[in-house]
This record gives sequence, C-alpha cells and structure tokens, in this order.
Amino acid sequence: MARSTITIAVLFASVVHVANARADGLARYEITGDGIATSLTGAPGDAVRGRTLALARTTTCILCHSGPFPEARFQGDLAPDLTGAGNRWTASQLRLRLVDASRFNPDTIMPSYYRNEGLVRVGRNFAEKPILSATEIEDIVAFLATLRD
Amino acid sequence: MIFWRAIAVAALAATTSALLAGEIPPDARRSGYSFMSPDTRAMQDDDTSNPGMLFVLDGEALWGRKVGSADKACADCHGDARSSMKGVAARYPAFDRTLGRPVTLDQRINLCRANHQQASSLPYEGHDILALSAFVAHQSRGVAITTGDDPQLIAFVEQGRSLFMQREGQLNLACTNCHDDNFDKHLAGSPITQGQPTGYPLYRLEWQTLGSLERRLRSCMTGVRAQAYEYGAPELVALELYLMSRARGMPMETPAVRP
Ligand code: HEC
Ligand code: HEC
Repeated sequence: MARSTITIAVLFASVVHVANARADGLARYEITGDGIATSLTGAPGDAVRGRTLALARTTTCILCHSGPFPEARFQGDLAPDLTGAGNRWTASQLRLRLVDASRFNPDTIMPSYYRNEGLVRVGRNFAEKPILSATEIEDIVAFLATLRD
Repeated sequence: MIFWRAIAVAALAATTSALLAGEIPPDARRSGYSFMSPDTRAMQDDDTSNPGMLFVLDGEALWGRKVGSADKACADCHGDARSSMKGVAARYPAFDRTLGRPVTLDQRINLCRANHQQASSLPYEGHDILALSAFVAHQSRGVAITTGDDPQLIAFVEQGRSLFMQREGQLNLACTNCHDDNFDKHLAGSPITQGQPTGYPLYRLEWQTLGSLERRLRSCMTGVRAQAYEYGAPELVALELYLMSRARGMPMETPAVRP
C-alpha cells in the first residue's frame, strides 16, 4: 500500500515536471536515480566547445571553480577543483549537477543552470531564461566527462 | 527605575547581538582593508596618495559655500565640521522622526538642502554628493560605528538582515553566502571580504572614482544577476543599516581605498 502511494507520487511528480517543461520552454528531462541519463538535446555534446564554455566568464564556472586550465589566470576557490571530475561522476550525474545542483545538496551555492522559475528578483535581462541552454549544458557535460586523471 | 532601565538595556543588547547561524562573531570581524595588498593599503594610509582625499577637499569647499534661495552654507548652521560632524557618519543611517524611517547620510544632506537651504537635491553618485558625504564621514575617521543603537530602528535592521540572508537573482545567491560563509576565499581572482561598510564613500581602483555604499551593493546585486534596487530605495537603506549595525564598534575609515 505504502509503496504504491509513493510510486504514484513519484509518477505524478514527473508528469508535473514534464508539463512545466513544456510550458516554460525548457527541454523536458527525466531524473533517474541521482542523474539525468539522456541528453537534453537528444544528441551528444561537443567537448571542445564545452571547454571553451566552462572557461568563459559568462557561464560563471571558474568564478568559483579551478581546474586543469593553465591559460586561465583567475580561477575561484569557492568550490572543488574540477580536475578528475570525470572519474568521480558519470555523465548522467554531471548532467543533473549542472541542471540542478541543489538535488545533491539543498544548501549548495552552485547555481541551477537549467532552471527559470522559483527565483527572486531576477534581473530584467535574465528573466525567465535558464543560465545555460540545453546545448551548452551538453557541451560542458561532454567536456567534464573527459577530465580524468 | 534605574534597575528596570538596566534590564531593558541588557535585553536590547542581547536581542541585537544574538547571531544567526553563519553570522560573524564580533571579535572575528575584519575591515576590507585587511584583505588588501600592501600597495593598496599604503595608498589608503597616506593622505597625499589617497585619491579619496581630493573629494574630501572638494567637500570642504562645498561645506562653506552658500547655496539655494536661503543663501546659506552648511557651515552657517553647523559651524566647524571638525567638531560638529565628528561621529555623525558613524551613527548613520539614522531614524528621521518626520519621515518615520531611517535615512542615509546622502539623504540627510539632501534633506538639509531642501529644508534649510531651499536648494535642489544633489543626484546620487554625482561628484558633489560624494564630496560632501566624504567630507562629513571623514570627520568620523577612527570613530567606532554606533549605528543600530536606536531602538526605533530595530524593525528596519531586521528587514536589512533578512535581505542579506535572501537568495536572489538568476545565480540564486545571498549576500551571506559570500560575505559570512566564504570570506577569505576568491571569486575568480578577487578576494571576498566580509563586506564591512567601514570606508564609504571610498575610492575603488576598478571604478577609478569615489563611490557610495549603495553603488557597491548594487554591483553585488547585478553580479548575481538580480534586479538591483534603485538608489535611495527603502530596501537599500535597510541593507545599509544592517551592514552598519553588523559593523558596530569597528572604526570608520572614510575615505578608504579598495581594489
Ligand atoms: C557560486 C559557486 C559555483 C558556481 C558558479 C559553479 N559551481 Fe560547481 N560547485 C560549487 C560547489 C560549492 C560545489 C561542491 C558541492 C556542492 O556544494 O554542491 C560544486 C560542485 C561541482 C561539481 C562536482 C565537483 C566534484 O568533483 O566533486 C562539478 C562537476 C561542478 N560543480 C561543475 C560546475 C560547472 C561546470 C559550473 C559552471 C557551468 C559550475 N560548477 C559552477 C559551486 C559552484
Ligand atoms: C558571489 C559573491 C557575492 C555576493 C553574493 C555578494 N557579494 Fe558583496 N562583494 C563580493 C566581492 C567579490 C566584492 C569585492 C571585494 C570585496 O570588497 O569583498 C564584494 C564587495 C562588497 C562590499 C564592499 C566591502 C568593502 O570593504 O568595501 C560590500 C559592503 C558588499 N559586497 C555587500 C554585499 C551585499 C549587501 C550583498 C547582497 C546584496 C552582496 N555583497 C552580495 C562578492 C559578493
């Protein structure tokens, strides 16, 4: 009994999720276990573009993180070094981490990169947009997966 | 009587100093100065190399200049700023009885212009308001901050504190995430300080000019991709009030220099 209630709740939650995703223009995705197993775009990302993106000021990654980026003079130390991230996490986990890191740690300071609702006083230029597009997330995931020691 | 008053004072002190989780204990507070390179410190320490002192000198001239249809200077009412303005900036923002809310030093200067000088108000972040407030605040250099002692301000300090704790913007970060939890770390290349308001208005090398505390707060808000409040908005005043009361007891440094 208890178990079937939970299953229904989970199903219901994922249905709601998909409906939201359609309404707000974000690609739909499904969380399975602690990750998102399938690409947000349906296609694999481009790791070379992903590296450029991760280093770009606009994606904000290296404001907080450091990593194996010898050419980047200013890297942050608010967050773990990304070296070896591809050993520690699967692509599925990395994808969910970028989409919504608060699933791993509700108090995290890492922004949810694929979310456009439930935020406070978002600046006019950014309102109702996710920080990154589905394509950009896939490119960065592909790049992070290559970070192996 | 005296006994009850003592208890009321003790209770007030206890409520205002009770720290939320993550807030910085009084003896661990540090000015932005302590996070700077020796070069930048030297620039602040030496009045002949501190670019903020040029604004202080301009402010001194404005203090003595008659303006408005009342044809009065600040000095005509307040006399020698060295004595009359000592400690004043260290208790701002302060409660204004007529308005029933706190006003910043910039707002007080413009209230004086409107009510006593019959002069137009000086635009925020313009040269003259920065110069006057730098001159007034400079008279408090070395004086311990007392902002927040006034019991009429408690609700406004609390409002500022909740704004400080509130996540906002597309990056969904609160002031406390950086300035209570992560000072001493680096955001890209910049050291994150505790966000203490002790030196304003101050000369920021990045701005290449003097700027107000409100300008700084607005850039932190823009940094997290939030819609910054307008200059003089009640929310910015409340945040400024919270920051000053959070720094109570720390010495004023105006005009400070920051990277
Ligand atoms: C404001 C700070 C901040 C920003 C910006 C940020 N992160 Fe993070 N990130 C963190 C923190 C803190 C953690 C540690 C775990 C936690 O708190 O969630 C983390 C964890 C991670 C991890 C797991 C690290 C490990 O090996 O255990 C990865 C991978 C990651 N982030 C990638 C990124 C990428 C890629 C971006 C940009 C698209 C990014 N982060 C932007 C703060 C940030
Ligand atoms: C993502 C990190 C981050 C967030 C969030 C943030 N700040 Fe800042 N803040 C900085 C950095 C970096 C600086 C520049 C270096 C310094 O002075 O700390 C700064 C500077 C300041 C200063 C100047 C300190 C000085 O010595 O002159 C104040 C005051 C301040 N912030 C207050 C705030 C308030 C209030 C908020 C929320 C509205 C806020 N900050 C949000 C990173 C942040």
